[in-house]
Amino acid sequence: MEIKTMKRVDIIFAMEGVDPVKVVENAIKRDQDDIILDMIDSGLKGRGGAGFPTGLKWKFTRNEDSLEKYVICNADEGEPGTFKDREILDRVSEKVFAGMAICGYTIGAREGFIYLRGEYNFLLKKLNQKLSVFNAAMKKLGLDFVIEICSGSGAYICGEESALFESMEGKRGEPRNKPPYPTVSGYLGKPTVINNVETLVYACMINRLGAEEFKALGTKDSRGSKVFSISGDTPNAGIYELELGMTVDSFVQEFGDGDTKAVQVGGAAGGCVPRKQFTDTVIGYEGIPTGGSMMLFNSTRSMYNVLHDYLEFFTEESCEQCTPCRVGCQQLLMGIEMIKRGERTPAYLEDLKKLAKTMKISAKCGLGQSVANPFVSIVNNFKEEIIY
Amino acid sequence: MELINLTIDNKAVKVENGTTILKAASKVGIKIPTLCYLGLDDLGVENKPGGCRICVVEVEGRRNLAPACATNCAEGMIVKSNSMRVLNARKTVLELILSDHPSDCLVCAKNGNCDLQSMAQDMGVREIHYQGEQSHYKEDFSPSIIREMDKCIMCRRCETMCNDFQTVGALSGVHRGFQAVVAPAFEQDLVKSPCTFCGQCVAVCPTGALTEVDHTNQVIRALANPRKKVIVQTAPAVRAALGESFGEEPGTLVTGKMVTALRQLGFDYVFDTDFAADLTIMEEGTELLDRLTRHLNGEENVALPILTSCCPAWVNFFEHYFPEMRDIPSTARSPQQMFGSIAKTYFADMIETKREDLVVVSIMPCLAKKYECQRDEFSVDGNPDVDYSISTRELAALIKQANIDFDSLEDSDFDQPMGESSGAGVIFGTTGGVIEAASRTAYELFTKKKHERISFEELRGFDGIRQATLDFDGLPIKIGIAHGLGNARKLLESIQDGSCEFHAIEIMACPGGCIGGGGQPLHHGKSSILLARQKAIYAEDSAKPIRKSHENKYIQELYDKFLGKPMSEKAHHLLHTHYFDRSGSDIVIKKD
Ligand SMILES: Cc1cc2nc3c(=O)[nH]c(=O)nc-3n(C[C@H](O)[C@H](O)[C@H](O)COP(=O)(O)O)c2cc1C
Ligand code: SF4
Ligand code: SF4
Ligand code: SF4
Ligand code: SF4
Ligand code: FES
Repeated sequence: MEIKTMKRVDIIFAMEGVDPVKVVENAIKRDQDDIILDMIDSGLKGRGGAGFPTGLKWKFTRNEDSLEKYVICNADEGEPGTFKDREILDRVSEKVFAGMAICGYTIGAREGFIYLRGEYNFLLKKLNQKLSVFNAAMKKLGLDFVIEICSGSGAYICGEESALFESMEGKRGEPRNKPPYPTVSGYLGKPTVINNVETLVYACMINRLGAEEFKALGTKDSRGSKVFSISGDTPNAGIYELELGMTVDSFVQEFGDGDTKAVQVGGAAGGCVPRKQFTDTVIGYEGIPTGGSMMLFNSTRSMYNVLHDYLEFFTEESCEQCTPCRVGCQQLLMGIEMIKRGERTPAYLEDLKKLAKTMKISAKCGLGQSVANPFVSIVNNFKEEIIY
Repeated sequence: MELINLTIDNKAVKVENGTTILKAASKVGIKIPTLCYLGLDDLGVENKPGGCRICVVEVEGRRNLAPACATNCAEGMIVKSNSMRVLNARKTVLELILSDHPSDCLVCAKNGNCDLQSMAQDMGVREIHYQGEQSHYKEDFSPSIIREMDKCIMCRRCETMCNDFQTVGALSGVHRGFQAVVAPAFEQDLVKSPCTFCGQCVAVCPTGALTEVDHTNQVIRALANPRKKVIVQTAPAVRAALGESFGEEPGTLVTGKMVTALRQLGFDYVFDTDFAADLTIMEEGTELLDRLTRHLNGEENVALPILTSCCPAWVNFFEHYFPEMRDIPSTARSPQQMFGSIAKTYFADMIETKREDLVVVSIMPCLAKKYECQRDEFSVDGNPDVDYSISTRELAALIKQANIDFDSLEDSDFDQPMGESSGAGVIFGTTGGVIEAASRTAYELFTKKKHERISFEELRGFDGIRQATLDFDGLPIKIGIAHGLGNARKLLESIQDGSCEFHAIEIMACPGGCIGGGGQPLHHGKSSILLARQKAIYAEDSAKPIRKSHENKYIQELYDKFLGKPMSEKAHHLLHTHYFDRSGSDIVIKKD
């Protein structure tokens, strides 16, 4: 297996020598299919969590026959422990806009929306100012593409792409049945590319730097770099752009406090890596994927409390539509509480694991499907802490 | 249409592109269990949130299980609907639903008629592995409907009926997560919402979360009270559906048995709402002709089209959503209320009984009638014209409670003078029936000629919105018909924007008209049952010796002896009503 050591990278936030409008100007001189080929070649995968190849997403949407198409930037950033999109929007929003404009040109969309998390409304004024400049610049370039900001309603589930569309359409934020996927039927039922904030910046930068330079970073399955939000028991909490493909061990050596017993990779919906697996686990799609959240826990933490918090979060944030998630989250939560209180034997944990696995294959959307990630990994590795 | 090949459980299936796995499976006789899915194909209603996850199946090449109800077939798809993985997942999902459900089956109004209960039975659930908490909500009592949301499984069928089909918009999801519930806005009570009490949400609710307010105990008490004379009226749609509660095929008419059963229950007189339907036609038909003649004479400010007013849910709907149009519906009361009004005057005098000692019970396919009979304008000094309105389902329950062996009952006839009806009164029970009945009479009154054909087939059918032009001896009369309030809304909007013109419009709130009423035996998602009931109604009409309301001799007698003529002052006082603007206000209820 190809393994990298921890390395800092500076692509996302770098502004030196980067003029986002110019990047767009150069891009729209090219053939759309060439842009797509580059994007596919770069190996860029979505940075919002699901990791779908961005080039393919653009290609599918481009191939749809529709007069109306949309580009949506997912800035709902609700995953616990993630705060990188806020930083990106605050510091390099023009690069996000540029990524959207290139996408719009490529797929044939004239409108783009940034779905901004309600809690980030403090960014609105600044973003709108920058947007009006950017929109004017696009007009000057002769590109028929306008970006608007849409303020989110504050629910975690609205970050899920189809719930986000519902929310934008003024409905209750509930995920739709899939298929059809957004590339075919997204916002207002039209073909839509929805990308994470960070994905769009990489899209911009791949157009600026070329696919080769991006591809040179990372591994076969996880090309490029990624922005990490690092929190928990670490002396170096904050936002870092790192090359993909390092092991958890290499990561912990840099960011741990010397007493790290576990790392929760990918937020509440991600998996928990215990110390004994640090050296064998690669951070990336071949190992443990992440939307960017890395939470470090040292030996003073109770993993029961960690899991309890996550389950509480899911129980509250479940949209309620489907049984496995609406009731399953609740009964997992109640389940570990009952075991803790001794009302159920430790053997009940096995039943609960089965429940979590059933949720994974039967829930309607990514929220309910991913509850098993933290549940099974924490229960398997910290069984004693859960029971006693 | 493009055809697609796939296999389900090793059986090859060919279906049209766009067909769901659920439908493809049923084509080859594979039953996939469903809970949240509701497909009333004849009505164009579909609820498929993909929420319950009971219908999940395995699709080769997919990591996760797919909901059969909401997943379209694709070329070459290989589906397994019965693998261990599928069966285990389904059972877990069902156990989860049950873990959040009170185990009240033995005392639940839906006992024996509940989709969740039969699902648990079919899947052989003997134990609920996962136990934690159950969600609790306050109960909500309205004049017609009880919401007991502890029993809600969030299937969202009620929302689809209320919002998509009826366009009333009284129900929607509120809150997130485990605390989420389907409720009126701000979790208010139903009476504070635009609810029309049509009961269509109740008709599709798979559990006991939505049920009708049960008035059977009051009826039993009245029957047991020696000081009271208790009379009963039965609406036309009841006889076409009641049999289903006793295992009869849908569409079996049980008029005679129903009358016998009511007599055995102890009602002093068993009458027919159809009699009052004939009376409605006399009043409404006359009103139509009056407005029409004045219109033809060039009088301005004649409100046309005339809209029927015999469906109380429809009345609630336009009072709430179209109050500015409230001068165009006929002022004629519904048959239920005409019956009550005549019973407590004309008939009470006849049997020399004081109004307070006469209890009028009505058997209705309808939940809106429960509210209707409680409206202030339909009582005299606090004594309502109709004391209790119970549904077809409640009547079935009463018969069962009284240990009457319904199957073995002999037929018998209604009592007189309020038990005689024409075929016109009978067809009130189905969409198009009221306007056909009115046309049979209006035609003859207007043209002074006999209508040899009797029926107007052009008014029949099941499409949500229909139009026809009748030839009144050279004068074309344009008729519009809608069933379902969403269709009614469309029709009203087409009048408002001037794109359509009609002389008369019939509107029924329920799918298929009253045969699909919210108080009927549950159709469990089979809209073909409604069509069978409709057929039965027309069969009863054809078999009647008298087919036109104005030929009903007891109606003639009522006018001769008591009312004078249609739209007389007395008739106005007893048989007509007025409407309110309720766009802003809450529904006012009286305490029982
Ligand atoms: C419950 C849930 C919440 C999500 N929240 C976000 C979010 O806040 N931001 C985001 O970019 N993607 C989020 N996603 C993923 C999106 O559905 C979608 O996959 C993503 O926006 C696609 O962009 P990408 O391909 O650039 O990653 C969420 C998914 C789920 C299931
Ligand atoms: S998995 Fe959870 S969040 Fe997703 S649709 Fe089901 S209930 Fe809603
Ligand atoms: S009774 Fe009718 S109007 Fe009222 S909530 Fe139910 S479906 Fe909606
Ligand atoms: S009230 Fe009944 S129909 Fe409505 S969501 Fe709940 S269970 Fe389903
Ligand atoms: S259509 Fe009939 S059953 Fe339905 S609400 Fe109207 S009167 Fe009642
Ligand atoms: S019946 Fe298919 S998900 Fe409920």
